[in-house]
Amino acid sequence: MKASLKSKENTYAYFPGCSLAASGHENNRSIYKFCEKVGIHLEELDDWNCCGSSSAHSIDSEAAALLPQRNISLAQQGLPLLVACPSCYIRMRSTHEELKSDDQAKEMYKNRWERNFDQDLEIIHFFDLLTKLDQTVIDKNMTKPLNGIRFASYYGCMLAKPPILRKDKRHTGIMEKTLKMLGAEPVSWQNFSKCCGTYLSVAKPEVTTKVVNQIMDNAIESEAECLVTACAMCHLNLEIRCSLKQQIPTFHFSELLCIAFGVDDHKKWFKRHLVDPVPLLKEKGLV
Amino acid sequence: MKLSSQEMKRVLEDVRGHSEVNFNLCFQCRTCANACPFLDAMDIHPNVIMRMLQFGMGEPVLKSSTIWVCVGCNTCCDSCPMAIDIPTVMDALRQLAMEKGVAIGEPDILNFHEQMLKSVKKYGRAHKLEIMMRYKLKKKDLFQDIGLGLTMLAKRKLDLRAKKVKDIQSIESIFKK
Ligand code: SF4
Ligand code: SF4
Repeated sequence: MKASLKSKENTYAYFPGCSLAASGHENNRSIYKFCEKVGIHLEELDDWNCCGSSSAHSIDSEAAALLPQRNISLAQQGLPLLVACPSCYIRMRSTHEELKSDDQAKEMYKNRWERNFDQDLEIIHFFDLLTKLDQTVIDKNMTKPLNGIRFASYYGCMLAKPPILRKDKRHTGIMEKTLKMLGAEPVSWQNFSKCCGTYLSVAKPEVTTKVVNQIMDNAIESEAECLVTACAMCHLNLEIRCSLKQQIPTFHFSELLCIAFGVDDHKKWFKRHLVDPVPLLKEKGLV
Repeated sequence: MKLSSQEMKRVLEDVRGHSEVNFNLCFQCRTCANACPFLDAMDIHPNVIMRMLQFGMGEPVLKSSTIWVCVGCNTCCDSCPMAIDIPTVMDALRQLAMEKGVAIGEPDILNFHEQMLKSVKKYGRAHKLEIMMRYKLKKKDLFQDIGLGLTMLAKRKLDLRAKKVKDIQSIESIFKK
């Protein structure tokens, strides 16, 4: 891994977020395992809290600003902060940007958290690590090429940014590019960036089911054998809210990376999937 | 009910910070509505909400289902030619609707948000099992989705016990108004 991201000996502070830490153990584990494999050390942010997600935003704007602020204040100076959940990532990045441009807010930050605001804190997403993944790392670690497994890369809303982050780089195509280097075959399809419905899955399940079915249907139509996500919430919604007779398995992106790199911890992860991916993996000679 | 100029200013000001969200820039190209995945569940299209705000129309906007159905996925504003932060306008409108005490367009969604924040206040983290239970208790609908709940428990997608932040006082202070 090229060390062009500012980090001490490839060490990153790590923020999993509630989704990964609780319902998405397989996503969390596979990110850890993958990083271990490529020589990246993750240090979980000590005593991190929920970013407030969409609920704080919806009904309590003050909490929506302060919850991510607390996490930012816990970050160790000089270590980039790796955020696994796309939604937490947007909340933390937006909060950081807002603070950067507002001196009064910086002063309040300092008083509340008893710490200076770190203007230079780098908040990065897992995808930012992957942009550093070059052929040499792949050649060194790949033990099981993915044997042409046909996948639909599903980004959900993570490619979309609020205006305050408009200048941020986009990660369009990164899952396709990486998995292709690992021997899988991307399909081209339409619904790759359709939002999964997030929490409407609880409050309006019928709305989520409709969207999830469109996503699944479109992936199958484009002859994908599986869907690949990078968000624990998308992963969950695709699995629990799809009501179609025919369904293909969903992987978290890092699970497939781990398979290609021969991480053998994965048997535990697949038991947690609602649509069993093992038959497909067997067919491809990957387990 | 007409939104006063003071209230319009409130909506105009980005509730997250100081930067302004100017819905007066909207020229009705409808890109936002075309992009929104949840349009079918909304009673007023997002572009129409912007138009109504330009006219200062309060009641129908604040009572709409739209402001609650919007999940803030940013799909709309990402392609809005005027870079209007539509999800943030929706945030402001929801909070204004609560403040004004109008009939809430989607009480179930508000119920969900309330349970979610209760959990964050109590533990500093979202404890999904408890959020779902409390949500369903309030909705008096304990049995819808029970099969799914059991599957999720069996697949260990719902932790039985909550993980609590050590410095819980600092979390409580966030919610103290
Ligand atoms: S995309 Fe922007 S300019 Fe176009 S209708 Fe929607 S809010 Fe107005
Ligand atoms: S942010 Fe809201 S209005 Fe915009 S596309 Fe998403 S759900 Fe629709």
